[in-house]
Amino acid sequence: MHKALKLGLVFGLLAFATPVMAQEEGISTHRLPPKKVEFEFEGAFGKYDRAALQRGFQVYKEVCAACHSLNRVAFRNLGEPGGPGFSEAEVKAIAAGFKVPAEPNDKGETTDEQGNRLTRAGIPADYFPAPFPNENAARANNSGALPPDLSLINKAREHGPHYIYSLLTGFEEKAPAGFKLTEGKYFNPYFEGWNISMPQPLKADSVTYSDGTKATIEQEAHDVVTFLEWAAEPKMEERKRLGFGVLIFLVVLAGLLFASYRKVWADAH
Amino acid sequence: MTATTSDATTRRDFLYVATGAMGAVGAAAAAWPFIDQMNPSTAALALGTTEIDLAAIQPGQQVIYTWRGQPLFVRRRTPAEIASAKAVDVSTLPDPLARNANLPDNTPATDADRATKPEWLIVKGVCTHLGCTPTVSTPTAPEGEYGGWLCHCHGSAYDTAGRIRKGPAPENLAVPPYTFLSDTRVKVG
Amino acid sequence: MSGPSTYIPKSGLEKWIDQRLPLPRLMHDTMQTFPTPRNLNIWYTFGGILTFCLGVQIITGIVLAMHYVANAGLAFDSVEKIMRDVNYGWLIRYIHANGASMFFLAVYIHMFRGLYYGSYKAPRELIWILGVLIYLLMMATAFFGYVLPWGQMSFWGATVITNLFSAIPVIGQHIATWLWGDFAVGDATLNRFFSLHYLLPFIIAAVVGLHIWALHVPGNNNPLGIDVKSPQDTLPFHPYYTVKDAFYLCLYVILFAAFVFYSPDFFGNPDNYQPANPLVTPPDIVPEWYLLPYYAMLRSVPNKLLGVLVMGLALVTLVLLPWLDTSRVRSLRFRPVMKQFFWVFAVDCVLLGYCGSQSVEAVAFGIPLVIVARLGTVYYLAYFWVLMPIIGLIETPKKLPASIAQSVLGDKAVAAAE
Repeated sequence: MHKALKLGLVFGLLAFATPVMAQEEGISTHRLPPKKVEFEFEGAFGKYDRAALQRGFQVYKEVCAACHSLNRVAFRNLGEPGGPGFSEAEVKAIAAGFKVPAEPNDKGETTDEQGNRLTRAGIPADYFPAPFPNENAARANNSGALPPDLSLINKAREHGPHYIYSLLTGFEEKAPAGFKLTEGKYFNPYFEGWNISMPQPLKADSVTYSDGTKATIEQEAHDVVTFLEWAAEPKMEERKRLGFGVLIFLVVLAGLLFASYRKVWADAH
Repeated sequence: MTATTSDATTRRDFLYVATGAMGAVGAAAAAWPFIDQMNPSTAALALGTTEIDLAAIQPGQQVIYTWRGQPLFVRRRTPAEIASAKAVDVSTLPDPLARNANLPDNTPATDADRATKPEWLIVKGVCTHLGCTPTVSTPTAPEGEYGGWLCHCHGSAYDTAGRIRKGPAPENLAVPPYTFLSDTRVKVG
Repeated sequence: MSGPSTYIPKSGLEKWIDQRLPLPRLMHDTMQTFPTPRNLNIWYTFGGILTFCLGVQIITGIVLAMHYVANAGLAFDSVEKIMRDVNYGWLIRYIHANGASMFFLAVYIHMFRGLYYGSYKAPRELIWILGVLIYLLMMATAFFGYVLPWGQMSFWGATVITNLFSAIPVIGQHIATWLWGDFAVGDATLNRFFSLHYLLPFIIAAVVGLHIWALHVPGNNNPLGIDVKSPQDTLPFHPYYTVKDAFYLCLYVILFAAFVFYSPDFFGNPDNYQPANPLVTPPDIVPEWYLLPYYAMLRSVPNKLLGVLVMGLALVTLVLLPWLDTSRVRSLRFRPVMKQFFWVFAVDCVLLGYCGSQSVEAVAFGIPLVIVARLGTVYYLAYFWVLMPIIGLIETPKKLPASIAQSVLGDKAVAAAE
């Protein structure tokens, strides 16, 4: 519906701006609108909260990474400007803490005698390793469901960060009367159809923050959503900063052009 | 022409010049992203470091690695090769400079300044003439007269310290920045 | 181009060039001294804005092609590498993606301006027809371009649009297969779309050349829709219209920049940030906003072939427009009846666009939108095929001013000048 609303705006057709969706019989399992929550990165001057990015990275690493890949993010990105702001040494240490698939060894092997993938310690140029070697393995380990890659998740879902936040904090123990939960699924009204294959990932104190922040579910969700927003849009701060300069320049240029325009046309009327 | 109209003309001219200059500045600034996009990307820059395990390389053997997309010669020199390189008078060389990225630009091309650990000569495998890859010389299959390398493109001959001795190449083979992490492990870049 | 040239070479070099290749003369006569009606308003600045848009798309496009990989397995990744690793890649890609929307926004304003002031009427029929050709080429280019990132909407948009051709009886399926180069949209399709996406902008540029050439024969129409009668009616193109076009272009670029830097995904679709998956169709397939009115027409007809034909007719109608309008007067300023229907038509196009953006089963105020789209389609066609010929014959236009100069400067100024 987000797309529809935006287009409604574009077309500015006020009379029809509130579409009424066709109602299904009985209980509607259409997902609820996302929760209202504010993020530091929103708005024309919004920036990423460095501490939140670092805490969010910890949540991703200690919780999400068990099932979800982050294929498009490299360790080096963690130290780049506009990101979590880890130092070069910290980035190296983080990278070295991950086991990435090794290149073929001198005998040309990529697996050991037991068939396990050979690994080596990561370097900053490496990308986050995926938890499963391929889609089939991912499905086999997750009762048939495929945990999506998280690199672009905030841009690939309507309402992006708000949707992910609502989903992470929206699990409920009991489904409401009249709704039959599918066997092996979990109840989350912010997910389309209300049946989600992912069990509630975040609980209070799922992680222990080194900066002393209290790890409530809301705090963890807020932090990891901030981290995922950066993962999806790492150049946001550069974009907004450059945009500000460009707009100032264009406004001044428009002013000069307007003055020239008035001067040139002064003798034409 | 009266003073008044002349002033007005000046003011008008100034406005037009300012507007035009501002537009030109904007156009020039806008060109930069389109130029800079052709420079190496951050992903390419991140791969600028390579670690090499030297344990398996035998004396007299050269192994070619890839560094920043170009060949990197790692040569374990024999005592004879080291001795022949040390015997050369630096002042007679076509290029008397070490061309070693680990040392100041004006360092002379002595063998010790070409290879900090005499046994290990590490140079970019790129002929300084027009960028071909020189062929290594061994006692059984000599290339050129100086025991180092010969570039077959235009006949530049290098000695066992990778220094240009004969042919059109203007400089010695470049020594990349590197550090020994241990006796058998070197980090290039 | 038309009329005697007023070019006098200023230096020996200019004279030397002019005698061999009269390019300086062409530039001088078309962009400097060209007599332009003195009453052109803001809506006439969009021609210049469109030229700018085409230039921006070509330049950013050439740059993106240096990094993009037209391969079904690599295309999505290469776009993300542009966004993350290439220096200023994010900027160039966002300019190109939003540039398409800014281009179409400008072209729609340009077309409605032509429609309102009767700029398609004699002797400017060919300018209009070349313009429609540019518009069709733009739609094709935009469609090919939208496929290239190889996201979910790219893939399924390509599937749906190419399947339109399968509506053609007997040979339709063969045409679809021929377009794909496979049994479905795939790697072969992506490669040919990339090739065509690179080619078409240069054809557009060539047709734009013809469009401007044709414009310089009769000269600009104007908001009054009356002919230029004396030199008093005109001003030299430079500096009057160069500075005016530059000012409004700058305002347009501000709008453009606001989208690029502060809402770069405004016109985009979240589904296109998911890599193409031939096994899963997104719940709502929505084309880009500039194609929505036609999409609504297509869906409003319950028969596959008829739907495609109606959509095709809506486009072909534009080509025939110069001969469907029977009025002697160009500008709707002097046509009180037709003016009303024009604004209804403008709202109708927006309404069709809105219908196209909604799901097929959507209902607004108890009315299924498919019915609204059906009525909208009928009005769209009736506007050109019924209202335009009939009202042109029966309507009594208001009195036209004697001249452009008189209308702009008033009677006294004209008398004084004479």
